[in-house]
Amino acid sequence: MTRTPLRPLARILEARQKGENPDAIERENIRLRHEEMRDKARVRAEGRLLVLGVFFFCAFLLVGLRMTHLSGSAVAEPNNAYLGPSITAQRADITDRNGRILATNLVTNSLYAQPPVMVDRVGAAKALAAIFPDLEEDRLIEKFTGERTFIWIKRKLSPEQMQAVHDIGEPGLLFGPREMRLYPNGSVAAHVLGGASFGREDVHAAEVIGTAGVEKTFDEYLRDPANNGAPLQLSLDLTIQAAAEQVLNGGMRLMKAKGAAAVLMDVHTGEIVSLVSLPDFDPNDRPRPLTEGVASDSPLFNRAVQGVYELGSTFKIFTAAQALDARLMNRETMIDIRGPLRWGRFRISDFHDYGAQLSVSDIIVRSSNIGTARIAQQIGPARQRTFLGSLGLLEPTPVEMVEASGGRPLLPPNWSELSAMTISYGHGLSTSPMHLAAAYASLLNGGTRVMPTLLRQNGPQQGDRVVSSETSGIVRDLLRQVVVRGTASFGEVPGYAVGGKTGTADKPRENGGGYYEDKVIATFASVFPANDPKYVLIVTLDEPEVHTLGEMRRTAGWTAVPVAAEIIRRVAPLLGLRPQIEPSPASGITLTSN
Amino acid sequence: MRSFFYILSAMAVMSLAYWAYQENYKTQQAVGEVKRLHRQIGREREALAVLNAEWAYLNRPDRLRELAEINFDRLGLLPFMPDQFGRVDQIAFPIENLTSLSNSVDVAGELEERQ
Repeated sequence: MTRTPLRPLARILEARQKGENPDAIERENIRLRHEEMRDKARVRAEGRLLVLGVFFFCAFLLVGLRMTHLSGSAVAEPNNAYLGPSITAQRADITDRNGRILATNLVTNSLYAQPPVMVDRVGAAKALAAIFPDLEEDRLIEKFTGERTFIWIKRKLSPEQMQAVHDIGEPGLLFGPREMRLYPNGSVAAHVLGGASFGREDVHAAEVIGTAGVEKTFDEYLRDPANNGAPLQLSLDLTIQAAAEQVLNGGMRLMKAKGAAAVLMDVHTGEIVSLVSLPDFDPNDRPRPLTEGVASDSPLFNRAVQGVYELGSTFKIFTAAQALDARLMNRETMIDIRGPLRWGRFRISDFHDYGAQLSVSDIIVRSSNIGTARIAQQIGPARQRTFLGSLGLLEPTPVEMVEASGGRPLLPPNWSELSAMTISYGHGLSTSPMHLAAAYASLLNGGTRVMPTLLRQNGPQQGDRVVSSETSGIVRDLLRQVVVRGTASFGEVPGYAVGGKTGTADKPRENGGGYYEDKVIATFASVFPANDPKYVLIVTLDEPEVHTLGEMRRTAGWTAVPVAAEIIRRVAPLLGLRPQIEPSPASGITLTSN
Repeated sequence: MRSFFYILSAMAVMSLAYWAYQENYKTQQAVGEVKRLHRQIGREREALAVLNAEWAYLNRPDRLRELAEINFDRLGLLPFMPDQFGRVDQIAFPIENLTSLSNSVDVAGELEERQ
């Protein structure tokens, strides 16, 4: 850098000669130099500003472009490298109370065709018809050669079928992955599980949705990814369910019944350990609902939950329990049972003539309609209705099945005194066997209400009090007496102190107008062990008849009771109950005060 | 001194860039590995589900009952009945092992004088 001198000698000498002030030259030069420096600094600053401006422009451009890109692109799942393994099935399993699988998923493939890309349409149709006997060759050819560009052929393929279709070598036949619902136990617990089918379908996947039973009730729970594939644990026990189904099926055939139902329920927790309705079906291949005729003829119909029947004399214990609990009478009070009992145009009579009067215990043991009606007269319709309501007999059961709401009890339109008398022995009020199980459990567990449930519980339910624990104790004893010396003598199972009440009700005609003469619903509502109730078992047979001792017999004592006893004999050991010697009733000595 | 700092910072930038480059590739590799493992876990779970389903299918009560009936001669399996419960006092005490005759029994000993 060359510096221009502030006082160039030539100009200073020249200025001196002219007599000018040489300092002016110096100042002039300083000014010029300063101007030059200022200009330089400005250019430099401007350059810096430009660079900074370009930098900021680029930065903002980058941010803007990135934001435009993000707003325009599809939402992508965050890279879940550290979320842990979360690949689970689309629908959770259902297990029994011991964790044995009742319903699970299996990956299969579906088959579809795209005729535009097919090479040999007729040949492919013939080959497919050879693999799947249920497909018709002519219809397939018609579909393949028609206008359609996409055809579903099969929803589920087995691996062998898939290989066979693959071997055809047709590029227009394509596979889509599918998750299918599998019920490995076949028809066991079919009514509880219900079934599942495909919802929205796509080539790549399909929704599996529940169509009935717990599959439908817990559809959202089972499909909720937040549960992380945790199975739904039911209160059923697979072994007991299978044993109960087998025995009930045998009993149903033996008694020539057209249907049967059984409910086994824990009296303290309300857990349903077994729920059987026969005839049943295979949920893997769920039959179509009937489009005509009576719904109860379909195997899909759940007699234990949906079927509401007049359950007959099993209701007598409710009448007796209420009368005892209200202290209207004690178990030894004598009731006039001379019949027939007339009420307007209506007559109430007994199956046999039991004499002039019976004690309350004997009315239950012998199952006297007249006696029960007399007790109901003392109770009155309003109180009876409240009591039956507190046992849950007047509304659908809260069981976790979609069908439960269909089991709405049929009440008399006007709960008159006559209704109260007939309801007292189980006519005029139709309920499902599930209602009866819950009501018996509430009455026998010490007197607190239990709600039936299909989910595994951790402890006993703390329900509202229905009857006092003393009444509950008397009721247990009365039910035991029915088996020991009453109508249910075939119900004795050594070691398990079975107690119970029989009920035989004539079936009402479907088109109204009275009852069938020769068709009955036979019910046995039992509890075991009666001295310390643990389980309630309800067995209902639809139209049973058995030819014994030279007579056609239809009453529950001859039909439902032996079947129930056999179920208890098979099931009680599986429930872990040891046979026990029944504690003997207190001896004849009674405590009196002096 | 100044140039020393320049060189130092330049080297630091270069080494950091090298480190970041390496880490980036390591991360990508790890992510790829995790994805592969996830896919493998998915496949294993699928296989496990199939095996569980098969186990449940082979253990279905109907089949077990049929098998018990078919093999009744060999196994003699019957349904569990109430009379199969036993009590502890129904079990006999184990027979104590009698010592064999050939074994000598120690009968000699020293008597201690009392008092």
